[in-house]
Amino acid sequence: MSTAVAVAHQANEEWRQPSRGIVGMACLIAAESAIFIIFVVAYIFYTGKSLTGPTPREVLELPIFSTICLLSSSITVHFAVHELRASKVRLSAWWLAATVLLGSIFIASTAAEWYKLIYHDGLTIRTNLFGTTFYSLVGLHASHVIAGLIMLGLALIFTLMGKVNQSHAERLEVLSIYWHFVDAVWVVVFTVVYILGR
Amino acid sequence: MVTQTPVTSIAGHAPASQHGSRAFDVVYDWITTVDHKKIGIMYIVYALIFLVIAGIEALLMRVQLAVPNNTFVSPQSFNRLFTMHGTTMVFFVGMPILFGFGNYLIPLMIGARDMAFPRLNAFSFWISAFSGFLLYFSYFAGSGLYGAGTAPDVGWFAYAPLTARVFSPGHSTDYWTLSVLLSSIGSLGTALNIVATTLSMRCPGMKLSRMPLLVWLYFVTSCIAFIAISPLSAAQIMLVIDRYLGGHFFDTQAGGSAVLWMHFFWIFGHPEVYILVLPAFAFANEIIPVFSRKAIFGYPAMVSATVGIGFISMGVWAHHMFTVGLGPGANAFFTLATMVIAVPTGIKIFNWLATMWGGNIHFSTPMIFSIGFLFQFLVAGLTGVMLAAAPFDWQLGNSYFVVAHFHYVLVGAILFMIFAAFYYWYPKMTGRMLSERLGKWHFWLFVIGFHLTFDFMHIPGILGMPRRIYTYEADRGWAIWNMIVSSGAIFQTIATLIFVYNLVVSYFKGAVAGPDPWDAWTLEWSTSSPPPSYNFAKTPTVESRRPLWDLKHPEEPDTQYE
Repeated sequence: MSTAVAVAHQANEEWRQPSRGIVGMACLIAAESAIFIIFVVAYIFYTGKSLTGPTPREVLELPIFSTICLLSSSITVHFAVHELRASKVRLSAWWLAATVLLGSIFIASTAAEWYKLIYHDGLTIRTNLFGTTFYSLVGLHASHVIAGLIMLGLALIFTLMGKVNQSHAERLEVLSIYWHFVDAVWVVVFTVVYILGR
Repeated sequence: MVTQTPVTSIAGHAPASQHGSRAFDVVYDWITTVDHKKIGIMYIVYALIFLVIAGIEALLMRVQLAVPNNTFVSPQSFNRLFTMHGTTMVFFVGMPILFGFGNYLIPLMIGARDMAFPRLNAFSFWISAFSGFLLYFSYFAGSGLYGAGTAPDVGWFAYAPLTARVFSPGHSTDYWTLSVLLSSIGSLGTALNIVATTLSMRCPGMKLSRMPLLVWLYFVTSCIAFIAISPLSAAQIMLVIDRYLGGHFFDTQAGGSAVLWMHFFWIFGHPEVYILVLPAFAFANEIIPVFSRKAIFGYPAMVSATVGIGFISMGVWAHHMFTVGLGPGANAFFTLATMVIAVPTGIKIFNWLATMWGGNIHFSTPMIFSIGFLFQFLVAGLTGVMLAAAPFDWQLGNSYFVVAHFHYVLVGAILFMIFAAFYYWYPKMTGRMLSERLGKWHFWLFVIGFHLTFDFMHIPGILGMPRRIYTYEADRGWAIWNMIVSSGAIFQTIATLIFVYNLVVSYFKGAVAGPDPWDAWTLEWSTSSPPPSYNFAKTPTVESRRPLWDLKHPEEPDTQYE
């Protein structure tokens, strides 16, 4: 039924286009960045505007260890992709496991921090503007970490089940880009909340 | 990247009718489809249904305002009507109808078999459809407290602190928040899909510099959507935190700021205008050249003007907030930024005129709607420049002058181009032509109705009539103008009924269109009408911006001039 356009196409011309997975992830990151920017702007705008305590300086401690864990997980996930591309599936699984472990440590220490803030310092999301903006910004980031951990965990399970091979390297790379993004957001959140905002 | 599925296996495939009736199979097929054409048509039909609903809401408001001291609807109902009218028209008519056309046309125009992520496409559609349903479900389920009202009544921009629990008890505002949040997730999914399709799914030879301008404009629109719609999602999340978890983002009692909501909303709200108007420009870019029998004038200028509009649109939001009192620095900046955006827009108008200039213009229905669009959009742009001047805006902000201005854009420009797109692509989608005779009736009645309503709506605004009032005193001198404005609505209603009648009747009785009824030049016209599910039996290759021109005129192909 359909008539293809029969204009002669130079056969020697190579036709290359970017991978749709990577383009799609880049778009998602653009959209997510805009969401985070709004929350960061709200945090900065309300810094020091709380009518009651506690203030950030009184209750926040620098989460150095968990930050190191999260940032190093960017390196481990990079190695996981690298090894999968070289068809070293077992090695890739080890690096993936390390990534999941480091990400989990980060989430656990966030949980511990929130437990301390809620039960010892009495800071909840309804206490004051600091509580509202702090829990929503850090919580928004933490929910992204959890989403990433679920996806990385699935990738790890599939790898352990032997369902993953070199042809999946690009998909793992798309996932790793998301993970790098989550880490980069943490650098911003860390700077704004724990350094500038304190 | 185009998947080379064996065509014979798809063409010979008839769904096995094992369970139940044929009607069930059809419904099952549409619900589970991931075909970009079916999803596009579902988007369009869904938007048309909401267009009729929101149109009826507008009609009710015009009846109420036709005479002074009217009691046709109660003040509470009036608040709900304008909230639902605005929210529906922006989120459940404008966005889905434009995404519907984009979904349908982009893969066909770039020679692809489907969008980059077909399942994400279906997900985006269904979540948008659900969010529209959720908004209207508030009429049945919105009253959480006795007497707290049903549908949302906070206005489509829902300024804080009116949306706080204290001032909006019950659940109607929650329905508004959640449905807008869900619809923005759907919009982001579709925007992501359009960008990935444009960058990764083009057929061989379809360089970016050869893409039809429609695809370019949808690409830019989608890029704006990432940066513009996400802030809305973020603001809605904050509102949910305020309303459900007791947060204080917009709680002025606890130091929160109502102005912050205005900023966040308009960072979305103004680029949203461009998200809606750029697809209208996209339709004009395809229709005007075909009916002028000339290639588009200034293709690179059109692309760069579009990208320019995309960038500038991010820096104009606070012109919605001049009356807040932002201070002279911000006022000057946003006044200038807003006026600057008239430059790329003007380039576009001149390019369309230059395309028509010296052309052999065919006054078919798509073209007359496009010509109507050109002149009405010019007027809309001029009142836009007037309102961009901060002192002028202090006088007329929140008056019917503003309402007239943005309806001139939304109806006079965008809706006119949507109608043009229907007349132009309906033959491709259904295989049948729309009736030209009914189309002319539709056009002329709508033009008369449009100008009666929206030209005269400027005047009560200048005379000081604020927007969103449910009635007014007889001694204000607004009565005659409101009567004229309301009478225009009758013409528009009749015209729209003719249009819907035309859509339905032509589907069964229209003249058979054939693959290329308009003698056009882009790839969608190279396949049958309606296109087969695989679009192209053989992936096309292109050598210029007008592949079908090259095919029809081998003695003088476009490739010689690029």
